[in-house]
Amino acid sequence: MPRELLKGNEAIAEAAIRVGLEAYFGYPITPQTEILEHLSRRLPELGRAFVQAESEVAAINMVYGAACTGARVMSSSSSPGVSLMMEGISYIAGTEIPVVLVNIMRGGPGLGNIAPAQGDYFQAVYGGGHGDYKPIVLAPSTVQEAIDMTVMSFDLAEKYRTICMIIADGSIGQLMEPAELPEMRPIQRQNWDWAVNGTGGRQRRILSSIYIEPKDEEIANLRMLKRWQEIQKNEIRFKEYYTDNADFVVVGFGSAGRIALSAVRAARHQGIKVGLFRPITVSPFPFAQLEELSKRVQGLLVVEMNMGQMLQDVQLAVKGNTPVEFYGRPGGVVPFPDEILHEIQRVATSKLSLDADPRMSWLDRATAK
Amino acid sequence: MVTSDIARPENQVYCRPRSFTDVSTHYCPGCTHGIAHRLVAEVLDEMGVAEKTIGVAPVGCSVFAYNYFNTDFVEAAHGRAPAMATGIKRVLPDKVVFTYQGDGDLASIGMAEIMHVAARGENITVIFINNAIYGMTGGQMAPTTLPGMKTTSSPMGRDVEMQGYPIRMSEILATMDGVGYAVRRSLHDPANIRKAKKAIRTAFEAQRRGLGFSMVELLSTCPTNWGINPVNSLQWVADHMVPVFPLGDFKVSAAVGDIRI
Ligand SMILES: Cc1ncc(C[n+]2csc(CCOP(=O)(O)OP(=O)(O)O)c2C)c(N)n1
Repeated sequence: MPRELLKGNEAIAEAAIRVGLEAYFGYPITPQTEILEHLSRRLPELGRAFVQAESEVAAINMVYGAACTGARVMSSSSSPGVSLMMEGISYIAGTEIPVVLVNIMRGGPGLGNIAPAQGDYFQAVYGGGHGDYKPIVLAPSTVQEAIDMTVMSFDLAEKYRTICMIIADGSIGQLMEPAELPEMRPIQRQNWDWAVNGTGGRQRRILSSIYIEPKDEEIANLRMLKRWQEIQKNEIRFKEYYTDNADFVVVGFGSAGRIALSAVRAARHQGIKVGLFRPITVSPFPFAQLEELSKRVQGLLVVEMNMGQMLQDVQLAVKGNTPVEFYGRPGGVVPFPDEILHEIQRVATSKLSLDADPRMSWLDRATAK
Repeated sequence: MVTSDIARPENQVYCRPRSFTDVSTHYCPGCTHGIAHRLVAEVLDEMGVAEKTIGVAPVGCSVFAYNYFNTDFVEAAHGRAPAMATGIKRVLPDKVVFTYQGDGDLASIGMAEIMHVAARGENITVIFINNAIYGMTGGQMAPTTLPGMKTTSSPMGRDVEMQGYPIRMSEILATMDGVGYAVRRSLHDPANIRKAKKAIRTAFEAQRRGLGFSMVELLSTCPTNWGINPVNSLQWVADHMVPVFPLGDFKVSAAVGDIRI
């Protein structure tokens, strides 16, 4: 396919269509509304299902119902809307059916604002809804990655009968850049042995998240954990830049990772041996890979557009092997490469401590300014 | 006729509907959920649609409805059955999709979902069990609880000044253009049960013909949580519920009115 100038949100929507999205249910919210708008035109044109739901609560439950039939379905929203979806997300997880969700994150908590942010990392990576489950969470940093991850998310969701959520911040949703869409594939609804679509004479099927006997729920919980083990084994994805000979490594996902790359390149020009580690699956998180890396470097700098959420996973991964520093811009503020470059310079030239709390040291520096 | 004649299949006048599974229900003695289930199963049998039917169970006493029907089933979150049914029906428009919901499920936590499924004219059928109380959680006040009625969360009786008035769902939904059929029936005696069955059949026929949203509200008993014995509970429906929730057809679109069963 030719490269086109594409807006992130529209690219996600169109990519989903091209890989066989059969139904979409959503509710308008900035900065993801273009996904809904694009699909409101395209899906009916293709004879597929589109419903603008009365709320995100309804949208996720429509997704739940449609996914029970085995069709490829998705919804998308932005932070406050995703919070409303949490009930349904937990039910979907408990029913073990594949669903693709997109969160184009904005500043929060509460109504916050409509600027790009990464404050929903915990909510996404640790599930967000009640009960014991883990979704797959992908974090694109470009429009092209958003497309590729949309394509991949349906396969992953179906392979593991799980929720696959794409978390991108508002800048990726709103950004226009050249990217290539996949080719249009015909819809091929799989003949899943769990799908509810009318018995047609076969044994009846029931899809529910109820296990009224605690022992049965325990079995279901363990089954999900086993599946998670498989996911961790097979699906961890990340990207490394200049890490082979790096003394220091910046860790960032999504937009923060992308902006950090500019800073890393600038620092390299100045002779600082710094690299970038960018998790693509933030769940499953590349713990082992970061641990390996932590054995070879003099320090890590975690950069996020929040107050240090992935930071905790990085700290868990490095097991105290190397000092971890943090730089964050929460609330919808997007860091400039220069700010991160400045942080890289600081990390490269100061005496780092293994004992300091990186979040608190960052807060002290940030408020001292 | 001798006893052995009666046992012959050709002489059998009453049996378990094929759309019913061969298990006993978990419902309390005297609860009319079982009757409502049976009526739905009989209608699915008569229409021969069980194999293409997908039911959506609610949260409430009928949460396990899926155990009793010989059809595919899903189990929704509290109040969200209409949204789930929407998702299913939009992907599988040729299948028969119905929800089965209590009054707490449909008229309280699921108010937005039921209003909008009706507004969209979603081509599904809703069986709405109005027993004026939250059964499953042990008898709290429902949006349908009668003025003055004692429940575990309105121990002095529902005080309309403080706790508002009962909601009449069939009447509300009847105002919507997307609704093809909205009627209220009762399960308190055989004559009314017959009428209820006919209404359920009409509702499913409306769906089969693509005539929009259809709902049958069924006044039902909850002897356990009302603290009234089963027989008197039936009388209580007639004496106390029917005056607040009048039986009748609140919306029968012209096309649904043409259905002859
Ligand atoms: C989100 C949520 N809130 C509350 C509950 C607890 N709950 C379970 S059933 C029920 C009430 C059901 O009452 P109704 O719909 O009238 O059905 P009935 O049990 O009377 O048949 C409630 C409040 C729940 N399961 N989920």
